[in-house]
Order: sequence, then C-alpha cells, then structure tokens
Amino acid sequence: MTTMDTQQAIEQLASRKYKEGWVTDIESESLPPGLNEDVVRAISGKKNEPAWLTEWRLKAYRHWTTMTQPTWPFLPYGYGPIDYQGVSYYSAPKQDKDQLKSLDEVDPKLLETYAKLGIPLEEQKMLAGVAVDAVFDSVSVATTFKGKLAELGIVFCSFSEAVQSHPELIQKYLGSVVPYSDNFFATLNSAVFSDGSFVYVPKGVRCPMELSTYFRINAANTGQFERTLIVADEGAYVSYLEGCTAPMRDENQLHAAVVELVALKDSRIKYSTIQNWYPGDENGRGGIYNFVTKRAACRGEDSHVSWTQVETGSAITWKYPSVILQGDRSVGEFYSVALTNNMQQADTGTKMIHIGKNTKSTIISKGISAGRGHNTYRGEVKVLRKADNARNYTQCDSMLIGDKCGAHTFPYIDVKNPTAHVEHEATTSKIGEDQLFYCKQRGINEEDAVSLIVNGFCKQVFSELPMEFAVEANKLLSVSLEGSVG
Amino acid sequence: MLEIKNLHARVEGNEILKGVDLTINAGEIHSIMGPNGSGKSTLAQVLAGHEAFEVTEGSITYNGKDLLDMAPDERAAEGVFLAFQYPVEIPGVSNTQFLHAAVNAQRKYRGQDDIDAIEFLKLTKETRNLVKIDEKLLSRSVNEGFSGGEKKRHEVYQMAVLEPKLAILDETDSGLDIDALRVVAQGVNSLRSPERAFLIITHYQRLLEYVVPDFVHVLYRGRIVKSGDKQLALQLEDKGYQWIEEEARAATV
Repeated sequence: MTTMDTQQAIEQLASRKYKEGWVTDIESESLPPGLNEDVVRAISGKKNEPAWLTEWRLKAYRHWTTMTQPTWPFLPYGYGPIDYQGVSYYSAPKQDKDQLKSLDEVDPKLLETYAKLGIPLEEQKMLAGVAVDAVFDSVSVATTFKGKLAELGIVFCSFSEAVQSHPELIQKYLGSVVPYSDNFFATLNSAVFSDGSFVYVPKGVRCPMELSTYFRINAANTGQFERTLIVADEGAYVSYLEGCTAPMRDENQLHAAVVELVALKDSRIKYSTIQNWYPGDENGRGGIYNFVTKRAACRGEDSHVSWTQVETGSAITWKYPSVILQGDRSVGEFYSVALTNNMQQADTGTKMIHIGKNTKSTIISKGISAGRGHNTYRGEVKVLRKADNARNYTQCDSMLIGDKCGAHTFPYIDVKNPTAHVEHEATTSKIGEDQLFYCKQRGINEEDAVSLIVNGFCKQVFSELPMEFAVEANKLLSVSLEGSVG
Repeated sequence: MLEIKNLHARVEGNEILKGVDLTINAGEIHSIMGPNGSGKSTLAQVLAGHEAFEVTEGSITYNGKDLLDMAPDERAAEGVFLAFQYPVEIPGVSNTQFLHAAVNAQRKYRGQDDIDAIEFLKLTKETRNLVKIDEKLLSRSVNEGFSGGEKKRHEVYQMAVLEPKLAILDETDSGLDIDALRVVAQGVNSLRSPERAFLIITHYQRLLEYVVPDFVHVLYRGRIVKSGDKQLALQLEDKGYQWIEEEARAATV
C-alpha cells in the first residue's frame, strides 16, 4: 500500500465513522452504546446544560482519549477489560412500565438479604426497583425535609437540578477539587457524568439533619457516573450520608463516581459512606467495579472534613477519599472499614496533603479479609514545605479470617517540613481460635462470634458513623461475612 | 448429671487423658487436684468442647445426653460453663455487650425471647454487687488490660449471670490475693444449689477453705488415682504429691 493509499483509507474510514455517528435525538430515552464527542454533546443537551458546561465535558473527553487505564492498584486477581464503547452513557430515568410490578419478580436471594438486614417492605421495593405506591413515606418525608432546608437557605438537590437553579455555584466549584484532567476515571466521569447530588450550606448555617441521597427524590437511577459536589460556606456544618446497607439492583459493571467537597473557613463537612454494591459470586463472576475519586479541600482556616466509609460490596473497590489541608489549622480525618470476602479485591486508603500551618490529619483504617479476598491499604501523607507543625496519626489494622485471604499495606510518607510530626502504626491479626472458643463457650455460635469480634475490631470507625448508620453497618458486616468460617 | 467413662484424649498427638472415670451428681462440689501436666486443664477443655483436644476413647454423658456429640455453644446453652484459666481478650467488644450477647444466645437456644440492654442491666445488678465487680470494668473491652485478678473475677461474674448447671473452674484461684479469693468463693457459694454442680480445678487447697468440696480427686498422669473428701486436700497440702506418685506407681507394678 502506498502512502497515498493509506492516507485515503484513513480518510475514508474517518468519514465513514462520522457518517455512522448517530444524530442526537433529544427526545429519545437512551443513547446507543459508544462514546465520542457527539455523545458528550448529547448528554449535555439532554440536560439542557449551559455552553460552558458542555465545553468542560468536551475538554474532559478530549483529554480522556489521550489517557490509558491505570494498572497500579494491587489486584491479585486482576480485572476483565472494560469495553468503553460498549456502554450506553445516557439512559433516562426508568418509567413505570419498565419497573417490576411486585416483589415476586425480584431475585429471591436479594429478598433474603433484605430480610436479614431488616429492611421494611416499602424500602425493599424502592431498592429493588419495584414501582412503589403513590403514598410512600420517604417521599413525603423528603418533601417535608426540603421545606425545612429551604427556610435555612440550604440547597440540596440533584446535580442536574442545581445546574439549572444555581449555575453560578456549579461553575465556581465544579472541578475545583478534582480537575477534569485528574485521572482516567475522574476524567471519564467529567465527560459523561449522569447525575448526582449538590449541597450548599450558606454562611453560619448548621444543617439540622443528616442529608442522605436516600431521602432525595429522584435519587434512584443516578447511574454509574455519579457526580457529587458539597460546599460548606464559612462557619457552616453538614453531615452527608451516601449509600445504604441494602444491596441495590444494578446492571452497570463500572461505577466511576466523583465526589468533591469544599470546606470554607470554620466550616465542617462530615461525609459517611456505606457501599454495598453487588460483589460477584463466590467464584468472582460478576460484581461491580467501584472506581471512585473522592477529594475534599479544606480551603479556609479552621475548616474540618471527615470521611467515614464502610466498604463491603463491589468486586473491586478502588478509592482514596482525600483531604487537601490548605487552610491553617484545618483538620482532615479518614475512618475506613473495608471488608473483602470470596474473591473481592479492595485497594483503598486516603491522601492527606498538608499545605497550611498547624494542620492535622487522622487516618484509621480497618481492613478485614475473608474467603479469598484481598484487602489493601494505600495511603499517602504529604507535608509541604510551608506546612509548619503539621500532625498526622495513621493507624492501619488488618484482620484475616481463614488462610486463603490477603492483607497488604502501602503507606507513603513524604515530609518536606522538619517540624512535622507523622506517626504510623500498623497491625495484622488473625481472628483467633481461642477468641472464637471463648465466645462459643458462652453459648454464642460461630457465625455470631465472628461478627462480634469483627464488629469490635471496627468499633473505632463505627463510632464515627451517625447512630442509625452504625447499627446498620454492624448488621451489614455480619451478613457480608456469612459463610466465611467453618 | 455428669458421667465420664474411660475418657482418653490427646492434643497434638500426645495422649494426655488416659482413662478418666468420674461421676458428678447435681448439688455436688468436686475438686480436682494434681501436679502440673497431669491433665487437669485438658479435662476442662474437653468438657467444654475445645477442638484442639481429640477424644480417642470413652464417653461423657451429661443429663442423659452424649456431651461429645454437642458443639461447644450447645454445651454452653445446656448449662456447661467453663471459667477459663487464661481468659482471652476481645478488643472493641465491651464486657457488657459480650455477656448480653451470651445471655441472649442461650435464651434463644432455650426458645426464650431476647432481653434488651436495659432489662439486662437490671437483671445483672445484684450479681454485680455480689462479686463486687466495678461498672467501669464492664464497659471496657473483654478482658483487655485486665489484671490477673480482674480477669478471674470477671469469669466468676459471667458464671453468676449465666447460672450454669455444671460450672467448671479451671484454676480460678491461681494468682489471686486473699480478698479476690474470698470474692470468688462467695460467688461460687452463692450459686450452690441442689440443682447445680461444680468441678473446681485447683493446685492449692486454699480455695477449698472457703468452698468446701464434697469430693476431692487426684488426677495423676491422665487418670484419677485417688478420691476422698476435703481431708484429702489437706493431706496433699501437707505432704505434697509424692506419696500419691509412689502409691500410683506401686499400684501399676
């Protein structure tokens, strides 16, 4: 083939591809699989976004095409290739006709789990995607909540809604913590994000209730590329809950969410997550890939952000909720419980970046490995040159249940200021035969004994969760550990 | 209540019990004494069902049932309690939480409803006073950072709350000062009843001054070689074990 021929062939191919690119139909329910600039434009168009946001998505998309999927996490079982062109990047919220009509149509295994977790029937329906009755408690509760919040000037709505109602806030803060070019998955998210939550708490306002996606109308179906942005203005306080203990029905394998938190002077954000996506079966078939970018900026003096996470689901969890400690005396905290059973793999941890003076960070990580699961803590503590008197305390504990699982720790410490004080403690323990026997001798059966011991191990983290969440987390661990012993 | 016949048991390939015979009736207090390594603790662990100990021969009947056929938690729920010689630590689980879980597990086994935390605290109040256990101690993690005496007292407290039918005390008196020893004795004596039996494993007859046994047995090289009443304990205290060893050797020759 001559150079000329090649050139022609390429052009032909290029033009053909262009010809075959579908024409956006704003009214259609979902987009066909595939990703290109038109798809990005179409998503933005369907959401009626301002031009700057469309441009931002496009910049992200163009950057993404230059990137390659990272391979550095510690995943002994690896993971199957992801076909990015095989995914549909937009689907409208499910209509009633798509929904299951009753719980009888739901996978009995899922129902069994709901029963074990003690989830009320109406909630089970919502989680399983069954059409719910018109009078549904949480919806009316949500409406009442919204009224109260509005009185205080708190904005709590879906991301798409916020783009319309508060474009100036979105433009100011979107991508200000996680830039569109940040990493492969965050960049992909920036190009195609579907929906998510937006919270703004104005100056001096203390949000009087826990904000939860659960109580947000239209929370269902935010899709696999969720985008969350929370801004606490000066002196504000907000506690936000993400997820719930119940496993949700979901057909999307890849979840690449981005969460950005902005804490201004004297404000405090407490962000709690319970992640229980489908982990795949005992042999590692199926299961969600949970590749999430979560980062907070403590922008103002004396600001405070804490991340608390309980990660029990997903085939692969790969996330590092981080805090950039810019403001002097700002505080960052990370409390994590990650449990891997069967063939699950988790590579999770945090980054604490000390920039301001007298900044403080605490990291408490509890990894539990059972079955053939692998659990990795990966964390970075960075103290920059000007961060005088920075303090960090890191404690990472691993617990092994059985002898086919693994626990791994990769701490990175990078200190450029001699006044810094960085402490790191790590332990690995095996759930002891003697501990189990002691429990059994008191009448507690093996399964309950394991969950008692494991819950004890996680206590430091659970005590950071809002009360109700903590109780649920306890139950969740017990259910997730079923069949891991004996 | 308990009938042990020709019990042989081994751990890691070593035969420790070599034909133990022992019958305990309801209402009785039996004491087992013997030199180190004679198999006293092994007997306790076998009765409680520790998997590391393998029963190779013999039988144990408990209230008409085959004890060896029951899982450790079943035995516990059927009323077998072991006060451990070395109680283990469970970080992050408070003593109260632990015992509450145990009480509810046993209630569940018996087909009774769970009791909630408030009821549980009410129920245990008297017992807490009886064994003089500090409330602060109970809110701490199971046995974590406890002194030897606190651990033993905690074992007796659990026993008193769980009200077993057969209580086995494995050297509960070791390492206790005289005050702690009295508390332990008081705990045992308060539980003494015609329906309940005790098996007290000890090195010294000191505890037996406070808890008077009906029978004293000497376990030697995996067998009970001598039985008697509390006088035997005094004799052992006085003369040591050597004469027993000699007697035993003479008997086997």
